Amino acid sequence: MDFGFTTAAYVVAAVLFILSLGGLSGQESAKRAVWYGIVGMALAVFATLIGPGGGLWWLSIILIAGGGAIGTVVAKRVGMTEMPQLVAAMHSLVGLAAVFVGYNAHIEIGRISSVFAEAGIPFPLGEMEAAMLAQADALSEQFRGFGAIVAHKTQAEINVLRLELFLGIFIGAVTFTGSVIAYGKLAGKVSSAATKLPGGHLLNAAAAGVSLLCLFWYFGTGGLFPLILMTLLALFIGYHLIMGIGGADMPVVVSMLNSYSGWAAAAIGFSLSNDLLIVVGALVGSSGAILSYIMCKAMNRSFISVILGGFGGSAGPAQEVEGEQVAIDADGVAQALEEADSVVIVPGYGMAVAQAQNNVAELTRRLRGQGKEVRFAIHPVAGRLPGHMNVLLAEAKVPYDIVLEMEEINDDFPDTDVVIVIGSNDIVNPAAQDDPNSPIAGMPVLEVWKAKNVFVSKRGQGTGYSGIENPLFFKDNTRMFYGDAKKSLDDLLQKVS
Amino acid sequence: MKIGTPKEILPGENRVAMTPDSARMLQKLGHECLVEAGAGEKAGSLDDAYREAGVEVVDGADALWSGADIIAKVRPPTEEELNHLDSSKTLISHFYPGSNEELMKLAADKGASVIAMDMIPRISRAQKMDALSSMANIAGYRAVIEAGNNFGRFFTGQVTAAGKVPPAKVLVVGAGVAGLAAIGTSTSLGAITYAFDVRPEVAEQVESMGAEFVYLDFEEEQEDGSESGGYAKPSSPEFREAQLAKFRELAPDIDIVITTALIPNREAPELWTEDMVKAMKPGSVIVDLAAERGGNCKMTVKDEKIVTDNGVTIVGYTDFPSRMATQSSTLYATNIRHLMTDLTPKKDGKVDHDMEDDVIRGATIAHAGEVTFPPPPPKTKAIAAQKPKPKEKEKTAEEKRAEEMAAFKQQTKQQVTLLAVGAVLMLLVGMIAPASFLQHFIVFVLACFVGFQVIWGVAHSLHTPLMAVTNAISSIIILGALMQIGSGSFLVILLAALSVFMAGINIFGGFLVTRRMLAMFQKS
Repeated sequence: MDFGFTTAAYVVAAVLFILSLGGLSGQESAKRAVWYGIVGMALAVFATLIGPGGGLWWLSIILIAGGGAIGTVVAKRVGMTEMPQLVAAMHSLVGLAAVFVGYNAHIEIGRISSVFAEAGIPFPLGEMEAAMLAQADALSEQFRGFGAIVAHKTQAEINVLRLELFLGIFIGAVTFTGSVIAYGKLAGKVSSAATKLPGGHLLNAAAAGVSLLCLFWYFGTGGLFPLILMTLLALFIGYHLIMGIGGADMPVVVSMLNSYSGWAAAAIGFSLSNDLLIVVGALVGSSGAILSYIMCKAMNRSFISVILGGFGGSAGPAQEVEGEQVAIDADGVAQALEEADSVVIVPGYGMAVAQAQNNVAELTRRLRGQGKEVRFAIHPVAGRLPGHMNVLLAEAKVPYDIVLEMEEINDDFPDTDVVIVIGSNDIVNPAAQDDPNSPIAGMPVLEVWKAKNVFVSKRGQGTGYSGIENPLFFKDNTRMFYGDAKKSLDDLLQKVS
Repeated sequence: MKIGTPKEILPGENRVAMTPDSARMLQKLGHECLVEAGAGEKAGSLDDAYREAGVEVVDGADALWSGADIIAKVRPPTEEELNHLDSSKTLISHFYPGSNEELMKLAADKGASVIAMDMIPRISRAQKMDALSSMANIAGYRAVIEAGNNFGRFFTGQVTAAGKVPPAKVLVVGAGVAGLAAIGTSTSLGAITYAFDVRPEVAEQVESMGAEFVYLDFEEEQEDGSESGGYAKPSSPEFREAQLAKFRELAPDIDIVITTALIPNREAPELWTEDMVKAMKPGSVIVDLAAERGGNCKMTVKDEKIVTDNGVTIVGYTDFPSRMATQSSTLYATNIRHLMTDLTPKKDGKVDHDMEDDVIRGATIAHAGEVTFPPPPPKTKAIAAQKPKPKEKEKTAEEKRAEEMAAFKQQTKQQVTLLAVGAVLMLLVGMIAPASFLQHFIVFVLACFVGFQVIWGVAHSLHTPLMAVTNAISSIIILGALMQIGSGSFLVILLAALSVFMAGINIFGGFLVTRRMLAMFQKS
């Protein structure tokens, strides 16, 4: 097979990938969209295997099958609440793969230049006589695939190639350690609090600066050492950057890493002169970037302040919260639900932690069975990754047409009889609107306090992820339903028939 | 202090203001309780039961009025009863001070304190002593039962072997406490229930009870119920006309009409006119809960049940709560008991008549020799006032256009600047970079654009599947590894093989997870 077929297959695959992302605009079309993605990927891999540069295809197939088997097992086993960790873990694989591929490109350049040097031909190819050119062509013949492409490059092209693979390795390495740390934080294996080494972002900046120096060094010598040094620095940046970001900002971090893995793929695509890699890398990169932007906007925070980690200092003392938190038991909640006509449930990370989504769904079914209107209000940053709550609720078979976003439901709270807040805190904090000194001032929140009754299912009296006191808990129409969300709902389900 | 309850002297009044149960609670507040012999007989509380509860049973009204410091009764007092009062005594009963001014003056002249149960303000805190509500609740229930008693058919529709029975159609006019109770009873008996009220904001409550709210095609400024403490106000003549027209339209269809429309301290408005009665089917029933104040239907005869020429029964009883004396006495006695709890804050049997307290001040109509009616407006409003909607200044068409123009210009300026900067950068790159790079760069830029356009369309709820699918797709990096794996150098093969392996995990894992997630999204 020649280039023609491969390129054609790439075009088809690229279109399929675009359709695959575009199809996610609706729940029904999304199911089709995944198949587009799968077919596109299969086509791309197939075309590459039989196309020019392929080799050792039996080894490749065995490896893909082996990896695929592991991937399948993991994907089937993982619980829906562990989804954020899984996504983060898989990003790290892409990052590491990008680093390896980048190194390979570097090794190839070195190998080719040494072969050329033995034959007495200057590499990269410059102005030369026809005889030498023929000799060079003959030499190039021995390289296949990627090597063949490299062998034909001019000096300028080699420079660009070096820049590209350098970038690819850098981004890949940042993605790798960043994703590993994000995984650790999401899985609870690393403290989710924002921690920085002394020096903070200066360290990151210094590391980035040294990396830039390495780039020039690498241009000058083409040696391996600056590359390795840069890789280590990039690994450090990835580690330190994500360590410095608090758990509450994880949705942004995950989508940001998603974006990075895309840019890494695109950079590698440049160095390998592979258009499909470039297209897909750009698609993934821009998708992650937009997601990060949406998340940041939902939290009313600039991207920079998220990356710089922690919440910015407030301009003055936060308002004192007066009053006390009044507790209620399952009987009281059941009674209120009995009398209510419209109920809105606001799930948060607490529901995911307690694995309470099935109980929530059961409660929903029973209340709907009694003819009550039950809806869900999902804040854009509820949970630890974008759309986290939707996925959990979908897992528990809550119909998606009663699951609404913040803008859709915020106006309805004054007409709502009962709001049940399950394990969310900051996203229902009225201080965001009332208290200009609050660290989350200006962040759009669900205005649950406007409902007639609010029940908050919460483990204890402590503050939430952001450590901010929530005046909602002290309001007259708020009752605290203490306890693990799953257990509380179990108790409640016994009272609600 | 001694709290005493006499026997009601109004004929047909079966209720009693103290039950053995409430007496026990009153004693816990440090009071002693007295009751006139036979006072609770008709309400199912015998003298022995009172004695058992520690209540002193005295013979005759005179003994009771002179023996008690606080007299709690149901009906407004007669002049003769008031003559028993002096400056040391407090009377708690219904009073209707608006129409009983002379009696009120008499009570004040005697120096006695009088607390009118019908004047308890309608604020949340006072609901436990709101006798009007608790009695209206009973009246509403009983009205439906009374109507059913006089109605020759089932309430609920049935299909039986002996034929099909259509459901009864009930119209409840006035959705106050009594109206809502009537609606609840009527719907639970299976009738098709309609309800009307001049306050559009109660439509929600009506619908919550299972009835259908009758809307008028009428535009009027929305009344704010909070101004009048949640009670209805007289409506404009135009509104009344629209309302009557609607009733006229409904009358031939309706089997049972229950009218409960009352405006505080006024005669009941006429809502069900004679021609409407004439339009009704024979056998229909009207229960007029406003009969005491002239009735919502002018054909109503107070305290009587009449049948019109066209066979419509009109029930004008005014003693619905009294007809359920056991229940209403329990509730009324509890209201009194709650009031006493507020009057004896220290639970030491000493009454503290706190005229600063919203509730006590509002209900007290005579105190320390003065008439204290009408009370000042309560400090707390019964219902939170509706917030006036902030009026946004209407912008003129020109202003709007000018604004749009300015925004458009601003946007254009931004875009042009961005494009210019981008183009210059591109040209700079083009001067240095080789042509082959630029070819790929075009692809890259276009792909970014496509990506941005496509991703904005992704549904919010699908962001997690989007992450999973982009994650799977980003393992396209496998292509790079596959191209390198055949290169020949051992190190390259090793690294490439590792990359292929990891990307393999990612491809399968990512797509499978996405599919799992999407499979769970389902419509209701």
